[in-house]
Amino acid sequence: MNLFLDAFAWLADSVNWQGTGSIPQRISEHLLFTALAVVAAAAVAIPAGWAIGHTGKGREVAVAISGAARALPSFGLLFLFVMLVGVLLRGPAAVVVLTILAIPPILAGAYAGLEAIDRRTVDAARAVGMTEWQILWKVEVPLGMPLLFGGLRSGVLQVVATVVLAAFVNLGGLGFDIVQGIALRRYDQMLGSALLIIALALILDALFALLERNAVPRGVRAGRAEDVRTAPARRRAVAESSATT
Amino acid sequence: MTWLAANWQQVLDLTILHLQLSILPIVIGFLLAIPLGFVAFRYKLTRGLVLTLVGLLYTIPSLALFVILPPLLGLPFLSAANVLIALTIYAVALMSRATADALESVDPDIRQAATAMGYSSWRRFWTVDFPLAGPVLLAGLRVVAVSTISLLTVGVVVGVDSLGYLFRNGYQRGILASVLTGVIAVVVIALVVDRLLAIAGAWLMPWTRPSKGPRRRNPRDDEQQEHGPEKASQATALARGEQQGAPA
Repeated sequence: MNLFLDAFAWLADSVNWQGTGSIPQRISEHLLFTALAVVAAAAVAIPAGWAIGHTGKGREVAVAISGAARALPSFGLLFLFVMLVGVLLRGPAAVVVLTILAIPPILAGAYAGLEAIDRRTVDAARAVGMTEWQILWKVEVPLGMPLLFGGLRSGVLQVVATVVLAAFVNLGGLGFDIVQGIALRRYDQMLGSALLIIALALILDALFALLERNAVPRGVRAGRAEDVRTAPARRRAVAESSATT
Repeated sequence: MTWLAANWQQVLDLTILHLQLSILPIVIGFLLAIPLGFVAFRYKLTRGLVLTLVGLLYTIPSLALFVILPPLLGLPFLSAANVLIALTIYAVALMSRATADALESVDPDIRQAATAMGYSSWRRFWTVDFPLAGPVLLAGLRVVAVSTISLLTVGVVVGVDSLGYLFRNGYQRGILASVLTGVIAVVVIALVVDRLLAIAGAWLMPWTRPSKGPRRRNPRDDEQQEHGPEKASQATALARGEQQGAPA
């Protein structure tokens, strides 16, 4: 447990909180990379996922992409892209890799959100005379929001974890202190920054969990929740909580 | 190509090593997840507890976990045990959730019928619930296998050689072919293992093979009539698996 005391001492040391390479600077680097990649990935994956979910076409492609992407070793991909474009452009290269890694979960969240909707709900919308565009925006997108945020959540976590590895190609971020710590055999520094990384991941996860929860449309929360198809566990949880309250 | 021709022996050795190292976390993760998943499925109180805990564990980035485990467990920092335990934690985290979902995918009427026929709960679990949960369990196991194989490469940072060695060494020495080979080799063995698991699943669970005759329908669940039971549960498992995207 001594090591943890050392790590907290490192975290508390004011020297590490100012100047270049300080903890706040590392955190903002980390968050900047994460935000860039997630926004870029969302811009690609959300429209694509909605198109797949609404039309039902290309489902196999989406499943194949998300399956194969899981096999991609993020660490190797990072090195590969940086080598391909050259060390000078390593920043953009890293953002491209992070974007590639964030696309599959967001895509899956977007299209699974639409696919999980009860067909009868969509048919009813069509029967009352909504256009396809209205069905998408007024029915499918709101009902698919919780799963979409679920996808964004795992995309963000994936990216936050991979940015840690970006330090191995000299891109800073919170991984920098781990890489430097390994080189210098400074265990307090490594452990301190590992704790920071874990805290950051947990905070982001909690934030998105909150968004996910608040994304359930009010009408769904109010009742008839058993008719809205989401994942069974969530469906049951929603049904139970709305039944008891 | 010339690089590969000169180094194929090393690539082969690392591939074998990689497979050897990934088997243990996958198997142990699967075994530990059965009781955890059951507890999460069976009792409301433990459900929240178990699923929240595994969810939090899964959130921890791999490199941070490699750093934090040794002082917690009294292990040396540069050791295979460190990496294997970390990967097992991820495997358990993913698989417990999949197991809970899988058990939930079993039709409660079947469970009730088994109870009515006099099955003890132990026997019912192993002979009714567990096999019927098979397809969703398998989907979970495939996700676990693929992400474990891919994550193992990060272990090279703490001195555990795997195909990740080709990335790190290749990057440091500026050999693009080495990095590329490493990435391709990891993807190939992950997809091969995934395929093998699917084949093994079809062999172990003959009832999940696509049949020629008309599918028996479950009138109580009209949502499932459209897709057929397994497709619906697969879609759920997929969405769930994706929500738990692999930590890098």
